[in-house]
Formats: sequence, C-alpha cells, structure tokens
Amino acid sequence: MKQPIFIHLKFKSKFMSKTYYDPADLSKFGDIKEFQPELAKKFFDYYGDVFKEGALTAREKSLIALAVSHAIQCPYCIDAYTSGSLEKGADEEQMMEAVHVAAAIRGGASLVHGVQMMNKTKDLTM
Amino acid sequence: MALATKSLQFRAHELANASTQLKVLSTNELENISLPTFSDKLKAINLYPLLPTGIQILQVNMGKMCNQTCKHCHVDAGPDRKEIMSRVTMKQCLEALKGTDITTVDLTGGAPEMNPDFRWFVEELSKMGKKIMVRCNLTIILANPKYNDLPQFFKKHKVEVISSLPYFAARRTDAQRGEGVFEKSVKALKMLNEVGYGKEGSELILNLVYNPTGAFLPGSQNELEAEFTKKLKEGFDVEFNSLFAITNIPVSRFLEYLVASDNYEGYMEKLVDAFNPSAAMGVMCRDTISVGWDGYLYDCDFNQMLELKVNSKTKHISEFNLDELNKRNIELNQHCYGCTAGAGSSCGGEVV
Repeated sequence: MKQPIFIHLKFKSKFMSKTYYDPADLSKFGDIKEFQPELAKKFFDYYGDVFKEGALTAREKSLIALAVSHAIQCPYCIDAYTSGSLEKGADEEQMMEAVHVAAAIRGGASLVHGVQMMNKTKDLTM
Repeated sequence: MALATKSLQFRAHELANASTQLKVLSTNELENISLPTFSDKLKAINLYPLLPTGIQILQVNMGKMCNQTCKHCHVDAGPDRKEIMSRVTMKQCLEALKGTDITTVDLTGGAPEMNPDFRWFVEELSKMGKKIMVRCNLTIILANPKYNDLPQFFKKHKVEVISSLPYFAARRTDAQRGEGVFEKSVKALKMLNEVGYGKEGSELILNLVYNPTGAFLPGSQNELEAEFTKKLKEGFDVEFNSLFAITNIPVSRFLEYLVASDNYEGYMEKLVDAFNPSAAMGVMCRDTISVGWDGYLYDCDFNQMLELKVNSKTKHISEFNLDELNKRNIELNQHCYGCTAGAGSSCGGEVV
C-alpha cells in the first residue's frame, strides 16, 4: 500500500540530536560570531575572498576544498563541498579524483615516514 | 536515484494533484527549520504585493504531451499526457496579441512540436512579426521522420531555439532526461548547427538550458557557459550561442524527487538562504504572462502547473485585457523561492 506523501516529510521534533555531528549544524556555522563577533567577521570575510574566482576558478577551488575536506575528515566540509562542486559544474569523476589526491597525500605522508623508520633502524642495527 | 518513467498522473500519484503540492509547499515547520513565507520575504524588502512591470512576453504552453519523461519535469509531461492546445485557443492567442505591444511569444510544453497545429501557429505568429522562441527538447527532432525537418522550419521563421542540456556528458543528462537522450541531443544539435543555428555570425539563435541534475543550485552561468562551450566544441564539434542556468523549482516531478529522496527540507533551506532581493526585483512573472493548453492565464508556467490562476478579472485568453493584467497582483507561494535564489532564475537564465 502506498504511503501518503506527508509520511515522507519530516516535521519538527522536540527531541535534541544526541550525536556530536548534526548535519543541521552546518547551516549554523555563521552562529560562531555569537561568542566572538570580531574574529568571526574577519574569518568569514577572508573565507569569502578565498573562494572567489581568481587565478584559480571557483570550481577548481571547490575541488581543492573537497579534497582537503577528506584529508581532514570534516563531515560538514564534505557535505558543503560536495554540493559546492556539483553546483560549480564538477562531475563525479573529477570529484572522486580529488578524493584520490587527498588519499594519495595521506597515504604518501605515512609512507614517506618509512624513510625515517629506515634511517632509525639503520642507526640502531648492525 | 531511480524514479518511475511515467507521469505522476499516469501513476495516480498524490502529487499529480496541484492542491496536494500546495499543501506540501505550504508546510513551513519542517524537522530542522522553520521556513519564512515568500510573501513575508517580499514584504521585508518592500516588494509586496509583487506587481507586473509591463507584459512583454506571452508564454504559451502548447500541451503536456512529450516524447520524454524527464525526472524533474514541472509540467508532469510525457507520452501518456494527451492535453494539448486546440487551434481555437491558438486563434484566441493570436487575437489577444493583436493591438498589444507584446514583442515575444515563447512556445513551450511538453514538446510543443507534437501539437498538430504547432507549425500553423508558428506561421501565423511569423506573419505578425513576433519574435518566436521555442523550448525544443532536441530529441523530438529525431523522434519521428516527420520532425526531421524542424531545423529548416525553425530557420524559415527565424525561431529562436532554446534547448535543455543539463550536462555535457551522457551520465548526468541521461539520468535526468532518459536513457540515450544525450546521444540523440548531440545529433539534433548538429542538425541545428548544419542549418546555421548557433554558428558565429549567424542570426539563428540556439541557446542551451543548464539545470542541475539533483538537489543543488546552479553555479555561475558564465562559468558553466565557458565549460559547456569548450566541452561541446572539443568533444562533439557542437556550437551554441548562450547557456541559461536555471534553478529547478519544487513543483510536480521535481517535488516528487525531493520528497522521495529526503532532500526536500535541505533544498528549501538552500533556496531560502540564497534569497536575493535583486533577483526578486527581476523575476520573469513581472513581464510575462503564461497561457495554459486550455487557454487559462497564469503568472508563470509553474503557477500554471499548481493551478494558481492570475488574480485578475481577465482569467482566460479569450477575454485577454492587457491593461487589466498589468494591474494584477502576482500569485505567490513557497516555490517562488526557486526564482529568487542566488543570481535568480527565469526561462532566460540568471536575472541579476
């Protein structure tokens, strides 16, 4: 039996979310100004300027942000820059390649320390 | 996500009913947010009631019949829809245009070309010297041999062709418009290019419409146009004039998609957050009047699908009175946020 369309709509609940990461908090990012308005203004002005079209296009910047979001594993940022990349016309392949760039740098960053391990091992062993 | 490929009406879906759509749209207390009414937003910028600036464009919806069943269609058009404009109503449109300074007639649907009186209507409009625009879905040109000469017909009457192509690759285009649509669209674009459409120096205008293939807003029209120009030329040797970036309005099948994919709240929040007063000043309903297949008048094609008739003594094309219509208050609802988000959205793309 079909469910009425209103079953699929979600209405306000009196219960608070019990998780650390609530998707609804993303749209409240601007609220950080409540505790410190001056620094928040400086940050958001700077943030806005960073993402303007410049030597890099807005789409390129969005894809860089998407890759960084994965590197720092920020769920808010991943949501924001997945939407942002789609809006700016990026396609699925470009977005996944950006994630692989993040993965390659993260993986590489671990592996390149292997040289330090090798150096130390050689120092300590006969 | 996969959705049915029949119209909402064929599936007897609740959202086939305009009043159910309006009930969904006017539910402003959602799980995480309370949406302000669109009217209140306009009041805050002293733009309420929203008034016409002078009607310049008559947009004629020639029917809901279409060879495609796009997942985001606000008309709920498709091969299973039989409602089309009669020649009697078209004659009333021609009569209404006489003695007005309306410069442009914008033909839409469904696939307007499927109306058996489409060519007759274009010829009559052409005799009147009107600028004619047709919202051509491209694949209709290849759908049947009787449509193969449409590019030549459009050329003869200098019809401006406006065609949807949501992406410059098959995956996204086909996901929204149906399997194989991208390939056929490219073939149709080449046929239009061959007769001179979209070519540099040609007076034959071919504009493309980009609309997002999901629950997100369109990016910068200029950047998208540059990307489309490059990709279509390099990949397919296709040329066009301009790209119009259009926001999907939460009506009919796009509303169905939003609700079914649990994106409705997030999408409405995006639209409200992106409300732009400058875009609100330039919304297309201020200079356009929309005629339904049955001759009733609406502020726009979206209000037409929501069955929100014009708030005027003149309600039907047979009693068209431009002065009366120019004095009306435009009917508003929450879907109007779609036209005022970001750089705004109209049938001609961004408005600011």
